[in-house]
Amino acid sequence: MGKRRDLPEINAGSMADIAFLLLIFFLVTTTMDVDSGISRKLPPMPEENIEIPEIHKKNIYVVLINKNDKVLAGIGSPSKMVEINGDGSISSSLKESVKTFVSNNGRLETSSESPEKAVVSLQNQEGTSYDMYIQIQNELTKAYNELRNEKSNQDYGKDFDKLDKDEQKLVKKYYPMKVSEAETKSN
Amino acid sequence: MPAISTASLPDIVFMLLFFFMVTTVMRETTLKVDVSQPEATEVKKMEKKSLVSYIYIGSPTTSQQTSFGTKARIQLNDVTFSRKEVSEIQNFIISERLQKDEDEIPYMTTSIKADASVTMGIVTDVKQELRKVNALKINYSTKKNKDIK
Repeated sequence: MGKRRDLPEINAGSMADIAFLLLIFFLVTTTMDVDSGISRKLPPMPEENIEIPEIHKKNIYVVLINKNDKVLAGIGSPSKMVEINGDGSISSSLKESVKTFVSNNGRLETSSESPEKAVVSLQNQEGTSYDMYIQIQNELTKAYNELRNEKSNQDYGKDFDKLDKDEQKLVKKYYPMKVSEAETKSN
Repeated sequence: MPAISTASLPDIVFMLLFFFMVTTVMRETTLKVDVSQPEATEVKKMEKKSLVSYIYIGSPTTSQQTSFGTKARIQLNDVTFSRKEVSEIQNFIISERLQKDEDEIPYMTTSIKADASVTMGIVTDVKQELRKVNALKINYSTKKNKDIK
């Protein structure tokens, strides 16, 4: 067999062009979709014959957002107007009131008996804006997250996100996030 | 100065390419409604994107406005619906369920991507329909903003 000639090298200069083309293709056809959000669990549809359990008024903290995006909040019935800051954000007083309400544990006669019984009832009207609704949901979530964080620091000396699954479950059990958007019967 | 070797240029580009392939999703549906999501601080990333169904709510995009007007519409996959046709959501969820395995069904969530200016009336209707089909795990899609006061 005669000596083969050296095969000519393939010019790899256009590799970069091919790679750029593929890159641009992907840039154009895909989206960096926003995949973060606030998770909720909806209540199941009430069955015909099951009675809605009556909850004592003092265990319900009502937050009502009306069609002008004004927020009223109070125990039992929405009585106090929640201040909204000049830039449209909710004042932290809503978060503090919710925290005080949930962690009351029977201290005040007029407030909740225990965190398990404490329910936050979120009501809105037809014309309420979704943005304000999300802001309120955010404040409620913040209130519960802070309560859970305080408890986890108290019990385990660590922040809530540093706990393992079982410890998190226990803290969540102590402060279950009961945000109801269904009408609750109160006596 | 000796000429800089550009032999590794394609490698750099491939790295960028792989990055984009991994972090982005192939856009399955073109948005027919404008959705500019509200911002919130207490948001968590959604896991298991394969088990998420998306419901978009917003006013139609300018190209769609000629046929659909400006009132808020609901988009499921490729088709938009008006508020009166909100019961279509039930069929949508059922067909999404058929495409998944039996044991994955309880882990399915519905992501509601609604525009910040949408009114709650339509969102409440959507949530009612989801309750009717027992799709109780929902997620309000929001952008993360670290410092809302």
